[in-house]
Amino acid sequence: MILDSKIPTGPLDQKWGKYKGDAKLVNPANKRKLEIIVVGSGLAGASAAASFAELGYSVKVFCYQDSARRAHSIAAQGGINSAKNYKNDGDSVHRLFYDTIKGGDFRSREANVYRLAEVSTGIIDQCVAQGVPFAREYGGLLDNRSFGGSQVSRTFYAAGQTGQQLLLGAYSAMMRQVGLGTVKMYGRHEMHEVVTIDGVARGIIARNSVNGELERHFGHAVVLATGGYGNVFFLSTNAMGCNVTAAWKAHKKGAAFANPCFTQIHPTCVPVNGDYQSKLTLMSESLRNDGRIWVPMHKEDCKKDPRQIAEEDRDYYLERKYPSFGNLAPRDIASRAAKEACDEGRGVGESGLAVYLDFADAIKRKGYDAIKASYGNLFDMYKHITNENPYEIPMRIYPAVHYTMGGLWVDYELMTSVKGLYAAGECNFSDHGANRLGASALMQGLADGYFVLPYTIGNYLAGEIFTKPIDLNHPAFVEAENIVKERFNKLLSIKGTRTVDDFHRELGKIIWDYCGMARTREGLTKARVMVQELRAQFWKDVKVSGTTDSLNPDLEKAARVADFLELGELMIVDALTREESCGGHFRTEYQDAGEAQRNDELFAFVSAWEYTGDNKDEILHKEQLVYENIKLQVRSYK
Amino acid sequence: MEVKNKIGFLNSGIGQKVTMALTGLFLCIFLIVHLTGNFQLFHHDSGLAFNEYAVFMTTFPPIKFVSYGLYAMILYHAFKGLHLAYKNTKARPVKYQVEKASANSPWTSRYMGVLGTIILVFICTHMSNFWWEYHNGPIPLTKYETSLVNGTMTASTYVGEIAGKKLEYNNADNTLHTVIIKDLYVVVAEAFHNIGLVILYVLAMAALGFHLVHGFQSSFQTVGFNHVRYTKVIQAIGIYVFGIAIPIAFAAMPIYFYLLSIHLI
Amino acid sequence: MKFTLQIWRQANNKAQGKMVDYQIDNINANMSFLEMMDVLNDQIIRKGEEPVAFDHDCREGICGMCSMHINGRAHGPLKLSTTCQLYMRNFTDGETITIEPFRAKAFPVLKDLIVNRGAFDNIQAAGGFISVSTGQVKDANNIPINKEDADMAFYAAACIGCGACVAACKNASASLFVSAKVSQYALLPQGQTERNERVLAMVNQMEVEGFGSCTNTGACEAECPKGISISNIARMNRDYISAAISAK
Repeated sequence: MILDSKIPTGPLDQKWGKYKGDAKLVNPANKRKLEIIVVGSGLAGASAAASFAELGYSVKVFCYQDSARRAHSIAAQGGINSAKNYKNDGDSVHRLFYDTIKGGDFRSREANVYRLAEVSTGIIDQCVAQGVPFAREYGGLLDNRSFGGSQVSRTFYAAGQTGQQLLLGAYSAMMRQVGLGTVKMYGRHEMHEVVTIDGVARGIIARNSVNGELERHFGHAVVLATGGYGNVFFLSTNAMGCNVTAAWKAHKKGAAFANPCFTQIHPTCVPVNGDYQSKLTLMSESLRNDGRIWVPMHKEDCKKDPRQIAEEDRDYYLERKYPSFGNLAPRDIASRAAKEACDEGRGVGESGLAVYLDFADAIKRKGYDAIKASYGNLFDMYKHITNENPYEIPMRIYPAVHYTMGGLWVDYELMTSVKGLYAAGECNFSDHGANRLGASALMQGLADGYFVLPYTIGNYLAGEIFTKPIDLNHPAFVEAENIVKERFNKLLSIKGTRTVDDFHRELGKIIWDYCGMARTREGLTKARVMVQELRAQFWKDVKVSGTTDSLNPDLEKAARVADFLELGELMIVDALTREESCGGHFRTEYQDAGEAQRNDELFAFVSAWEYTGDNKDEILHKEQLVYENIKLQVRSYK
Repeated sequence: MEVKNKIGFLNSGIGQKVTMALTGLFLCIFLIVHLTGNFQLFHHDSGLAFNEYAVFMTTFPPIKFVSYGLYAMILYHAFKGLHLAYKNTKARPVKYQVEKASANSPWTSRYMGVLGTIILVFICTHMSNFWWEYHNGPIPLTKYETSLVNGTMTASTYVGEIAGKKLEYNNADNTLHTVIIKDLYVVVAEAFHNIGLVILYVLAMAALGFHLVHGFQSSFQTVGFNHVRYTKVIQAIGIYVFGIAIPIAFAAMPIYFYLLSIHLI
Repeated sequence: MKFTLQIWRQANNKAQGKMVDYQIDNINANMSFLEMMDVLNDQIIRKGEEPVAFDHDCREGICGMCSMHINGRAHGPLKLSTTCQLYMRNFTDGETITIEPFRAKAFPVLKDLIVNRGAFDNIQAAGGFISVSTGQVKDANNIPINKEDADMAFYAAACIGCGACVAACKNASASLFVSAKVSQYALLPQGQTERNERVLAMVNQMEVEGFGSCTNTGACEAECPKGISISNIARMNRDYISAAISAK
C-alpha cells in the first residue's frame, strides 16, 4: 500500500485555490448518470448529499436511524468555529489554522487544516441562508463566544443546541433534494460491506433493519460519513447506535485506518452511577470557569459529606499543579489529573470514580443569582440526572470519551486508500491531530460536506463518466452479500451464554483501563491479549436472540460489537507503537514531570494501518507530517 | 418550491376547522341577540313585548333572511363537527390501552363532539317546542288593550282568527290601542311548568357553557389569532361571558317560569 | 425497587399486538427508564425469548428517537422530558407501569414499541426548507435579524421531531410539528420568498399522511419535551389561510 496524500504544490494559502482551479469537471448531462452513495446522515453526510444532488448527481443516502435528522451530530452543544473575525479581535484564517494545529499537538496535516480554516467562513454564510437560527446580538448581527484553545471569539452558537440546529439545516437541504427526487433516502439501513471491483469502490451491501433484507446498491463513488468509534469504550457520550462498522468494513477492504489511538476524553461529564449505566452525559466545559475542582487530601475522607471536609483537607489539584491555568487547564490535562487522583484512591462518590466540581466559593463571591444566570440550565440538567442539588452540594464529575480524532486515512481529496471510497467528518482522521479543539468538530463535518467533497469527488467522477452502472448480480456484489449473510447467520448460530452487552461492557472496560487516559507499554501489551481472548470468546459464546429476517436490535448490536472487538485491538497496537505522548494519547513512560512528552523526531507521522486478514497483525504505514509553515513547539500550561 | 398534492382550502383540515370556527363565532353572536330578545320574557306586560319581538323576528325580511342563514350554519357546524370528529378518530385506528389525557388537556376540549351533540339535541327539542309550534301549531291569540289616556293595559284571550301573526288598531276616538297577537309567551310559560323540560334546558345550557369555554377561544386560535396578551382576554371572555354568564342567563328563563308555576315567585 | 411492566408486544407491522406483563426487580432508583428497559431485555434474552424492541439513540433528550407512551402519556409523567430523560425515581416502588408505542395511523407500528415516523420526513421534504444551494449565498451578517425574531425562530426550531405531539393529541394531529417548522422559517427574513408555497406544501403533505386535524386541546404543547408553543399552530393557520386565499 502506498499512501499518497496528494497535497497540491505551492504556498499554503494557495493550495486549495489551485486545486479547485485544476480539478476536472463533469458536465451537467453526465452528472445525472453518476450515482453517489453516502453512508451516514450527520453533518458531513447530509451536507455532502445535499451538495452533490444540487450539483446534479444521483445520490443515495443510508442511515441506521429511522430518520436522517437523528444523526448524533445533533447532540453537539457548544458551537462552531469560523474565522469570520466579526469581533474585530484579530482572528484570521491563519490564526484558526494555527490554533487547530497546535491544539492537535502537531499531529495533523498542514494543508488539510489550512483548507478547513479557509472554508470555515463559508459555512456560517451557508447555514444562515438555510435559516439556522444562530444567536444574535440586539443589532441583529451574529453573536460569538470564546472557547478553549484560542484567544479570540470565533464560536458561533445557537444556545446549547448548535449541533442540532446545524444538523437540521443540513437535513433540510437534503430533504429538499429528496423532494426533488435527486436524493433517495434509506432510513433504518445499516451498511455492512463495501463492494470493490478491481480495487475500486463500486457499491455497498446494506441491511434493511425493518425486514432484515440484505440489499445491493451500486455507486460510482461511495462516501462514508459514519462518525467516530467512541462506543468501543461501551460508555461514552456517543449515541447508543454509534458504531465503527462501516469504517471498519472499509478498512478490511483496503482502506487504511489512521491514528486509531487518538481519542478525546472530556473532563466534565456526569460520572458513572452504577453497573447498569448505558451512557454518559457531557456537562459543558464552561463550568470550569467558576467551579473549583478538588478531591479530599486523605483517602479516609472520601465517603464523607464534602461540606464537612475542612479547607485544609482538600486538594485543589489543578490549581496546585497548573497554577497559571488552574481549573481551566486543557481537556486532556484536566482529564488525566482527575484520573490520577482517583487512582490514588482519593476519588469520591459511590464508585470512587469522581472528583468534586465545587461552586460554593463562586456562590459566595458572585452570589446565587449570578451563578444561576450563568449555569442554571446546566445545574438543572445535573440535578435531573443525579437528583442532587449542585447549589448546595458540590457536583461530581469524571472524564468520559466523546470524540475520536483517529479514523479512516484520507488524502487531500478525502479519498481513502481505496479508489472511489471517501471518508468525511469524524470518521476520517484528517484535521484534528492528536486532540480536537472545542467547536471544531461541527466545522470539520460541514466543511467536508459542503465545500470539500463536492469539488474533490468531481475530480474523480470526471474519469467515471463511461462507467455504466454495474449489474447487481456481478460476482463482487454476490460475494459481498454472502459474507454479510454468513456473518449474521454465524452470530445467531452461536447460541452461547453471554449477552452482547456483556461482551461490550467488558471490552469497554479493558480499553478504558489500558487504552484510556493513560497508557503504558505493560498495560497495553496485557490488554491486547485480553481483547484477543475476549474476541475469541465472543465468537464462541455470544447469545443473540431473534432472527435475521426481522427487526432485530440485538443482532444489529452484536454485529457492531464484533467490529469493536477488532478495532479495540488495533487501537491498542497503535498506542503501543506510538512511543511518545501527544494530545489525547498519554504514555506514562513518556512524560516530563507529569507533562506529555512529544517526540517529533521519531513520531511526527500519521500511523496508517493496513488490514492483512482476520487475527493477523496489521501493517503500519507512516505518512510523514511535514511542517513548512509553522514551528513545532512544546505545549505547556504550568 | 413547487407545491405538490394540492388539496384545496376547503378540503384541508385547517380549512374545514376555519369554517367551524367562523360558523361557531357567528352562532356566538346569535346567542347574544337571542338572549337580548329573550329578556323580553321578564317584562311585566303579560308577554306583550316578547310576542311583539317574536313577530318582528319572524316577519321582518332581513331578519328572516339572516335566520335561514343561521339555520344553515347550525346544521353545517353540527354536522361538519361530527364529520371531523369521526375523521379524527380514523387518525388513530388502534387506540391506547391506557390514556391519561387529563394530564395534558382540559376535558372540555376533548368532549366538544359530545357537548355539541347534546346541544344539537337540545336545539331540536327547542325548535319543535317553540319554533315549530309558533309557525304551525295552534297558538292562542291574546288581545292587549292599552288605554291611550292613562296607559293601563289589559290582556285577554282572543277567540277568533286574524290574518297573519298580529293585528293592530286604534279605536275611532284614539283612546284605546288594541293589539291582537299570537301569544308565544303563554306557550313558553306553560311549557316550563314541566320540570322534565326545565331540567333538560338547564343541562343543555351547562353543555353549552362547557362547549363555549373551549370553543370560543379555540376558534380564534384556529383562524390564526394567538397573541401574548390578547389571547388571555379572549380566553377570559370565552370562560366568563360565553361559558358562564350567557348560559346562566338562558337557564334562568325556564327556572323563572317553573318557579312562577309553583308560586315560589 | 420493583415494578410490574405491561408492555405492548407486536411481532411486526402485520401482526396483532397485545399487552404482556413482566415483573422486574432490583431496580435502582437512579437508573434511567431506558436502562431499566435494558435490564428487562437482558432478563428476557437470558430466558431465550425475544427482547422488547424500542427506539432509542442519544439518551440525552435531543435526537428524538425514543418514543414510548408510558402510563398513558407520551414520554411518561415528567414535563419537558423525553423517555430517555426519565429516571426510575420518577415512579413509585411496586407500581404497574404501562408502556405502549406512539399510536397514529401515520405512525404504523413496526415492532413492539418501534413506530415508523417517516411521515415527518415526507412533510419536511415537501417544503420544510429554504431553497438555497451550497455556495449561492451572501455574507451571513448581510442579513440582520431582530434578536427577538431570531430567538422565537430558535424556540420553534428546537423541535426534535419525536412525534410526542402526535402521540398525545386525541386526533393524532401533526400540527405542532408542522407549525414549528413553518414558524421557524416564517419568522426569518430568509424564509419569506417561499413563505406561501412552504405552508401550502407542508400542510398538504400533512393531510396526505393521514394525521387528524387540530382541535386546540393543547395536549401537544403540554407533552412536548421541548416546550414548543401552540402559538406556532396559530401562525401556521394564519399563513395557510392567507396563502390559500392568495394562491394563484
